[in-house]
Amino acid sequence: MEKIWDLEEHKQNTALLDDQGNALSYGELARECHILSDAAGKRCLVFCLCENSIGSILGYVAFLDSGIVPVLLNRHLDRELLGGLLQAYCPAYLWVPQGQEADFPGMEAVYRAWGYSLVRTDYGREYPMHPDLALLLTTSGSTGSPKFVRQSSTNIRVNAESIVQYLGLDETERPVTTLPMNYTYGLSIINSHLLAGAGILVTEKGLMQREFWSFFREQGATSFGGVPYTYEMLDRLRFFRMDLPSLRTMTQAGGKLQPELHEKFARYAQGNGKRFVVMYGQCEATARMGYLPPGRAVEKKGSMGIAIPGGRFRLKDTDGNEITEPYTEGELVYEGANVTLGYAERGEDLAEGDERHGVLETGDMAKFDGDGYYYITGRKKRFLKIYGNRVNLDEIDRMVRGHFGGLDFASAGTDDQMYLFVTDGSVAGEVRTFVSQKTGLNPAAFRTVVLGAIPRNDSGKTLYRELERYYG
Amino acid sequence: MTNQEKYNKAFMTALEITEGQLSGLKYQEIEAWDSVGHMGLVAALEDAFDIMMDTDDIIDLSSYEKGMEILSREEYGIVF
Repeated sequence: MEKIWDLEEHKQNTALLDDQGNALSYGELARECHILSDAAGKRCLVFCLCENSIGSILGYVAFLDSGIVPVLLNRHLDRELLGGLLQAYCPAYLWVPQGQEADFPGMEAVYRAWGYSLVRTDYGREYPMHPDLALLLTTSGSTGSPKFVRQSSTNIRVNAESIVQYLGLDETERPVTTLPMNYTYGLSIINSHLLAGAGILVTEKGLMQREFWSFFREQGATSFGGVPYTYEMLDRLRFFRMDLPSLRTMTQAGGKLQPELHEKFARYAQGNGKRFVVMYGQCEATARMGYLPPGRAVEKKGSMGIAIPGGRFRLKDTDGNEITEPYTEGELVYEGANVTLGYAERGEDLAEGDERHGVLETGDMAKFDGDGYYYITGRKKRFLKIYGNRVNLDEIDRMVRGHFGGLDFASAGTDDQMYLFVTDGSVAGEVRTFVSQKTGLNPAAFRTVVLGAIPRNDSGKTLYRELERYYG
Repeated sequence: MTNQEKYNKAFMTALEITEGQLSGLKYQEIEAWDSVGHMGLVAALEDAFDIMMDTDDIIDLSSYEKGMEILSREEYGIVF
């Protein structure tokens, strides 16, 4: 197994610092990691219920560093959905906030550190795991789909190295957490900065809280990442009038930012000695695939840039041939060592090896300009990005129809705005509440529309195209 | 509508809650009042009173009561 980080190399540096003033150096982190991985005792599967805290990150680093395979989940994941995942994968342990131990009656906490507990499960079976498997992440994060992305330690290492290179990260960086660590983009910030020997500022507080900005200023945060919605919030917060001398870099991923907002942040960065870096990625490529060099952020607004170091983009037409003409739309294909092994949908799949061999069909439609800069133009598959989270519309349809006993229902929409189509107006409110609760996403993202009938073809297939006129 | 009614209505509409839930309500206490809900709430308050809130006041608006205290200040001058 390839090691991802050399924690001892930076042992004097601060690795993690939280908003309560707790800190852990790289040397201390390495020691804590050894104790924790010894407590687990063997290569096995561990479900981590994540938050942005030292304990949560410590568990992730310890497991990954010792060949134990973590599955990163949001600690607020709906209990019923979590139960389904536990049944499907039978992890040997859980790594959970101490306050959530009681949610798992009959399971024993065998070790506790930094507010987290290692809880031994008792499923009586463990699935064999392929030697290359290092980490499992969810594709959607919120619908509780059992579909995980299988990542290897090589995937994580090469992607972190590439990020360190194109962002020019070194040990003087101090990123502050603004994204969940179980979210591939949030995790890539942790991975790359630990590789650089930098100090990560860890907080559960958000942009809308005074405590976040106090922590930011007191500890001299140098960077943060955000999804499109983050930048909309910052714009509303009159971010451009804030005095943040320590800030060097803002990165953006998790969906396409409106070009006007892209330009606004790019111009602000240009005029204030900071960098604004738009990036493109997917969990299936570990995290990052493309980035827009900050020097061209204004000029190339709306573009997600070029392939990261070590990677290559190409476009494929409907016949599978490579597109060579600029401004021609095709499916974006990425090649690089960060392309992950494949998916897992159940415990048995953990034994599978590399199914992609370094090539990923992204499912995104794109074009490139005369300088070879790429622009995302659409998607092949039915999913939306809601506040940066990928939400699969077919899964929403299945969940709603399942819960409401075969209700006539269809979901569709645009990023940050999902439309829920029903024919029975009396359940519209209930459906909306259900979807909001199950996904853990703010109800503002969901609108209901009552139709006389859901449009279908003769074989009963929903005609989603015909729903577009209700939100287009 | 009185200012109190306008204020309450902004909360109830933005966070999809009832009047009975207003008193003592704090940020992140209910699912709807997360960062997304907060943006909607600030927009609703700005519309209702035709004001522009300062950054400091937006991030200080941590409860139902705190919001009234902020809007009562001189720069907004809303009398409840």
